[in-house]
Amino acid sequence: RNFLKKKRKSMWRRSPSFILDERRTSSSPPMADTTRAPFQNPDSISAYYQTRAAHHGVITSEWLSQAQAAVGGVSGDEHPISSLTDLGDGKSFNVIEEFNSWRKQPDLAEAVAAIRALAAVIRASEATTMMELEIELKKASDTLKSWDKTSISLTAGCDLFIRYVTRTSALEYEDFNSAKSRLLERAEKFGEISCKARRIIAMLSQDFIFDGCTILVHGLSRVVLEILKTAAQNNKLFRVLCTEGRPDGTGVLLSSELSKLDIPVKLLLDSAVAYSMDEVDMVFVGADGVVESGGIINMMGTYQIALVAHSMNKPVYVAAESYKFARLYPLDQKDMAPALRPIEFGIKIPTKVEVERSARDYTPPQYLTLLFTDLGVLSPSVVSDELIQLYL
Amino acid sequence: MESRRNPRAVVDPKVRQVGFFTSSQPDSSSSQLQQPDPISASASSPPVSTISPSGNSLSPVMIPPPRHNSSDAFPLRNAVVASAVSPSSFSYSSRRDFPDGSTTASPGRHSRGSFVKSSVPVASSLPGIGMDSMAAAKSSSVPASGLTTVSVVTMPPGLSEKASGMEVESDHKKNSKPLKEKTTKAERRAIQEAQRAAKAAAKVDGGKGPAVTSASVASTSAKAARPAKPTSQKNDVAVAAGAAEKKGGPSEKDRKKDAPHPRMQYDDESRVVKAKRRAVVKQTEAKNRVELFRHLPQYEHGTQLPDLETKFFQLDPMHPAVYKVGLQYLSGDISGGNARCIAMLHAFQEVVKDYSTPPEKNLNRDMTAKISSYVSFLIECRPLSISMGNAIRFVKNRIAKLPITLSESEAKAALQSDIERFINDKIIGADTVIVKHAVSKIRDGDVLLTYGSPTAVEMVLLHAHELRKKFRVLVVDSRPKLEGQLLLRRLIKRGINCTYTHINAISYIMHEVTKVFLGASSVLSNGTVYSRVGTACVAMVASAFRVPVLVCCEAYKFHERVQLDSICSNELGDPNAISKVHGREDINYLDGLTNNANLQFLNLMYDATPSDYISMIITDYGMVPPTSVPVIVREYQKEHLLV
Repeated sequence: RNFLKKKRKSMWRRSPSFILDERRTSSSPPMADTTRAPFQNPDSISAYYQTRAAHHGVITSEWLSQAQAAVGGVSGDEHPISSLTDLGDGKSFNVIEEFNSWRKQPDLAEAVAAIRALAAVIRASEATTMMELEIELKKASDTLKSWDKTSISLTAGCDLFIRYVTRTSALEYEDFNSAKSRLLERAEKFGEISCKARRIIAMLSQDFIFDGCTILVHGLSRVVLEILKTAAQNNKLFRVLCTEGRPDGTGVLLSSELSKLDIPVKLLLDSAVAYSMDEVDMVFVGADGVVESGGIINMMGTYQIALVAHSMNKPVYVAAESYKFARLYPLDQKDMAPALRPIEFGIKIPTKVEVERSARDYTPPQYLTLLFTDLGVLSPSVVSDELIQLYL
Repeated sequence: MESRRNPRAVVDPKVRQVGFFTSSQPDSSSSQLQQPDPISASASSPPVSTISPSGNSLSPVMIPPPRHNSSDAFPLRNAVVASAVSPSSFSYSSRRDFPDGSTTASPGRHSRGSFVKSSVPVASSLPGIGMDSMAAAKSSSVPASGLTTVSVVTMPPGLSEKASGMEVESDHKKNSKPLKEKTTKAERRAIQEAQRAAKAAAKVDGGKGPAVTSASVASTSAKAARPAKPTSQKNDVAVAAGAAEKKGGPSEKDRKKDAPHPRMQYDDESRVVKAKRRAVVKQTEAKNRVELFRHLPQYEHGTQLPDLETKFFQLDPMHPAVYKVGLQYLSGDISGGNARCIAMLHAFQEVVKDYSTPPEKNLNRDMTAKISSYVSFLIECRPLSISMGNAIRFVKNRIAKLPITLSESEAKAALQSDIERFINDKIIGADTVIVKHAVSKIRDGDVLLTYGSPTAVEMVLLHAHELRKKFRVLVVDSRPKLEGQLLLRRLIKRGINCTYTHINAISYIMHEVTKVFLGASSVLSNGTVYSRVGTACVAMVASAFRVPVLVCCEAYKFHERVQLDSICSNELGDPNAISKVHGREDINYLDGLTNNANLQFLNLMYDATPSDYISMIITDYGMVPPTSVPVIVREYQKEHLLV
């Protein structure tokens, strides 16, 4: 183990070809899975980022193992389904509460939580026709969406499911109940699909990670972590530069997670991106949402990194599940509902000083190279293609 | 996401139709043509062509069906053409009396008109070996030049030549001849053109202009009006010959069938002459066209209208509603993509209403032919816009798809309601959706810039104002149309705060703009926006200032064509519009210069804006990036047809 580590360390100074030679000798796959102490949840305004921060504490090893279980076909957690049926029986039903209970689970993506909540609506529904059910669902999804306007994947998840329901109703079913159970089945499958999507993306991205490359990562994305983990398991030799990810320190989390996997990792200040871009071979980011133009909405700083990478001709890869595709089209940075969050500066800021508290920015498609999704590796312009086929 | 993927796999797969494809409608036009009825074409009423003139048929939209080698059926091939241009033998002025026998659209087809020329000596049908003797005969009048020799070598021997005053017949017997020896009609035309041009040049040598222009004045025949261009003859010949060689002979049908149908190239004189003979509207070609744009039609404006008005009652085949719309296009009373399209569709509705199937004819085919003839009339009045092309394609498709079981009145009712639905859904309905989307992008405090007078944008602005959004509008305008003033008037009436400027000030004014809203005549597959000239300039400046450019365009205006520049397909406006300033007598610097050979006016109507400058296209399918236009075209083209 130490030997391997040493080799990894020495990699910093070595050429890729040399590493390729070395690779034959080092074959033991890195593995390190330990649970982490929960991360402190900052008091935030944007519910989406609140949840994300909450998840950061437990997101890592635990959900990875869960994800693995789900992918393996063995459902590691039965409780969602059981509790779902329990909740479904309640007469007075609140979508938002339902959603909140689901979103607490760190292994569930927001979109999945939304769809599970909508599934619960179907269970609780006393509708007798498809039309009624549809209207009820629409209402529920509207409440959900208006409850947290900052979450793109919530919106996208709701839209996706509603879309599915309307499409299903068009199908021929012998009776209403079978259609209903079909919908429920679908909703339950969704969580699985979302985990599977991560695996698919991780597999797709492997071709792009070559030995000896340096990857710059921004933010803590489950998909990106999955990609890096898979790459490490495939004995790829690479190193990772993590941005710090102020204010919630996502980079710090990610770097510690990567170090457990024995991946050489280096932390950067967010402002040191341009400084270190020279040695970077590719940039990997996740996405909160992929919008119709093919651009992404992601944690603050992504745009800046993409700009720097673009000007230095480094590829920018985005890893995002297809349920994050949203029918949004921001024209510029200000053309979105701002997701605010508090920022700690350590010292007291005079009240006259304004603080930019937006949690995310929009990266236009021309600065992105490729999107890794479960639909395949797409160029940004294809996103719109997929969205049109889905929603129209 | 299986839900997304499955339908695509399960539902019958969509065939991606990339590039040119033949429309599925039956080959009605060619069957029309093959009625071998050459002699009956009466002298007094020239039959209106049943298919649109080759090139500028609803060109972009419809690829005509593969051509049949109908030539074999017509022994009269080339008679008309050859005699019409043979330079020496007849006077231009007498030419007008000839009945217009040609109903064909393309050089591959053969004119079926036969006309008796008793008074006019017709030279010959100009072929093969006869060429030598002809050239020799002409050499007295044609100055020695290399022009006529271009393709003499390739002339097939043994073609019949006749120089009698009787009906000319030249049968090509082409099937018996090897490929190589055949001259295409176009080639022969090229030679003739060359000779004619050379001759004209010789005639007018020295006192150039007068001779030719007087000839053109003397005859209303459009043919005569084509001016000799002493300066560029050589080029013309070279180009024509080159084109002819490329095109290959009429017998090479295979090659022709595969090739996409070319648009009418107005510098291809042979075709122009041909198209003109069929034309109802006798337009006078403008002189001194800019070299780069010679393939586009350019006419002297304002001269044909009275002429056409007098024809109103003689034009038997033309429906009055269509005629009216055509005149309105011609005079410019109806302009703007949607207005033109709706006017045309309403006229077609009238046509359908008044239609009754002639005995022993099929409604589907006969009506398609009728519509085609109307369309070619409309094209003569003003070139079609792409949106109109799409609408025509829709109408024809509906006609073709009419179930044979329907009675005539049922079919007519179905057609009328289909057209009505197209207008309501694809044009009016689309606009309301566009407005809904576009308004969501207008925020308080915005400064919106618009150029010209796009109807969709106007609706957006008015609706945003109704929603009490606080914004300011910058109307940018340009000569000569000054459409922006109309828009300005309507906006101010509603109490919207406006600024008016001309496009010259665009770079200065752009820094205060937050969004640019533009209209479009069409959006092409590569995201290129084809719109009123000047739009590209506005979009470019806006993108240089990093101001988002939003284009409002109904999806029925989308087209699968790809265009990289605004040269190959465009429309030329009245050159007088830019040479004169109305109401300003003091600005008369160009008076008396309009016919100067060294001066060319270029009044372009449209330009192409590359997709790089477009941030978003707002259409009835939502807000999409310009890269998604082909997706919409692909996914909905069929739906368009099947509405």
